[in-house]
Amino acid sequence: MLELKDVHVYYEGIHALKGISLKVEEASIVTLIGANGAGKSTTLKAICNMVPYEGTISLRGQDLRKIKTHEIVRLGMTMVPEGRRIFTNLNVMENLLLGAYARRESKKVEEDLEWVFSLFPRLKERHKQQGGTLSGGEQQMLALGRALMSKPKLLLMDEPSLGLAPLLVQEIFKMIETIHKEKVTILLIEQNAHMALKVADYGYVLETGTVAIEGPGKELVDSPKVKEAYLGREVEV
Amino acid sequence: MTLTHFFQHLANAVYLGSLYALIAIGYTMVYGILRLINFAHGELLIVGAFIAYYGILIFHLPWWLSFIIAIALGALVGMSLERVAYRPLRERGAPRISLLVSAIGASFFLQNLGLVIIGGRHKSFYRPPFFAQTLQLGDVTVMNFLFILPIITIIILGIVFLLVYRSKTGMAMRALAKDYPTARLMGININRIIAYTFALGSALAAIGGIMYALRYPAIHPLAGVLPGLKCFIAAVVGGIGNVPGAVLGGFILGMLEIMGIAFFPHLAGYRDAIAFIVLIIILSFKPTGLLGEQVVEKV
Repeated sequence: MLELKDVHVYYEGIHALKGISLKVEEASIVTLIGANGAGKSTTLKAICNMVPYEGTISLRGQDLRKIKTHEIVRLGMTMVPEGRRIFTNLNVMENLLLGAYARRESKKVEEDLEWVFSLFPRLKERHKQQGGTLSGGEQQMLALGRALMSKPKLLLMDEPSLGLAPLLVQEIFKMIETIHKEKVTILLIEQNAHMALKVADYGYVLETGTVAIEGPGKELVDSPKVKEAYLGREVEV
Repeated sequence: MTLTHFFQHLANAVYLGSLYALIAIGYTMVYGILRLINFAHGELLIVGAFIAYYGILIFHLPWWLSFIIAIALGALVGMSLERVAYRPLRERGAPRISLLVSAIGASFFLQNLGLVIIGGRHKSFYRPPFFAQTLQLGDVTVMNFLFILPIITIIILGIVFLLVYRSKTGMAMRALAKDYPTARLMGININRIIAYTFALGSALAAIGGIMYALRYPAIHPLAGVLPGLKCFIAAVVGGIGNVPGAVLGGFILGMLEIMGIAFFPHLAGYRDAIAFIVLIIILSFKPTGLLGEQVVEKV
């Protein structure tokens, strides 16, 4: 569905991505893990054309180079940005409706709103509240719900578990599986490698801008190489 | 002061306040989205007034048609201004100070272009009889427009609020004011929304310019400087970036300006200083302006 071929990014004077190639198959969950600065977020930014890049990125065979960031959502690809980035000055309802900004069919938008509310009953309770007054976990749910409102075929998620309490992290991962059951393909970027690999069909481990290891999620979880690469981080956490 | 005088002054004050409010909204909306003080906004007032003036004088249009055309063309001029003076800088990632300098440059350019084309002599703006007729309310005699225009203003303010707080485009504007990259991810075409914002702000400026010219009918290319500056102050007093704040600031400034002189006639010479004094006092107590944004945010 999504394919990156030999993607390079030079970002603020740094060679941030040094030839990344990866594939996201239809209806799968693919995860991109790696330490801070490995180039995970940069990869997503390149996909959404938020940074200039070399190489090719294509969605269902369509070259994305000429597609502007604001047009990407219309192709069925939606990003949940790092740090949630909800609109703190708008209320929950408006945040959700902005997720559906690019859509025209208001009937279906309403149905999807109900669906999102059924996934996140908390958001329904608080639909009139300003986004900025929500707790961190609620904001993450809002960010996720907002992305779902665009009815994505492919969901790009940038560290959804970042800064959340362990219990909420589990909830988020459960939600990812629920969303996946609705035939949404997911590209998940995570620092929480263990949990990400457990839900993923396929995983890529990034190290300083290159793909160091790749393989089916289940295999990577037990791979000694991955364990080794993450040992330092696990201790750190 | 007799009660009659008081009401006469009050009518004047409401009039000026609503005029300032309209113009201040343009400043505050542009600032909210671009973090830019559009110094050429004052010139857009006069552009509106002059288009209306020439529409009546040269093309012999009925005054209302001329006014509508002036508002539409005013919006177009504002959009072009953004296209020429701000967008190229924005797209190249220029620092905000460059945009500010560009705004000041655009302001001077429009003023001097006006002087070259129109000349510096004051032109007398046509007051349609409908507005100029006087109205006798008990002992108070006022010209019609002192009543009509605040009502029009309130209707326009209502429309603006609906647009900003209830429409999809308004929602996009407010999202943009917070976070460009994320707004883009939602599928919002930033350039288009910014263009709409300038169109709306400039249309309001043109309306304000026409109202100003009805009240002070001697217009010339530099006539927009002072009202422009005062409305900028009104926007800051209310809390720049905040639309209700701009309305509040506009009314406060208009009221104080008229009522201050009404109660202390010997201070009439300081009339234009009042806005600045108000600004200094309010900002020393509330640096973000009266309704300035201090959102409580949990992270």
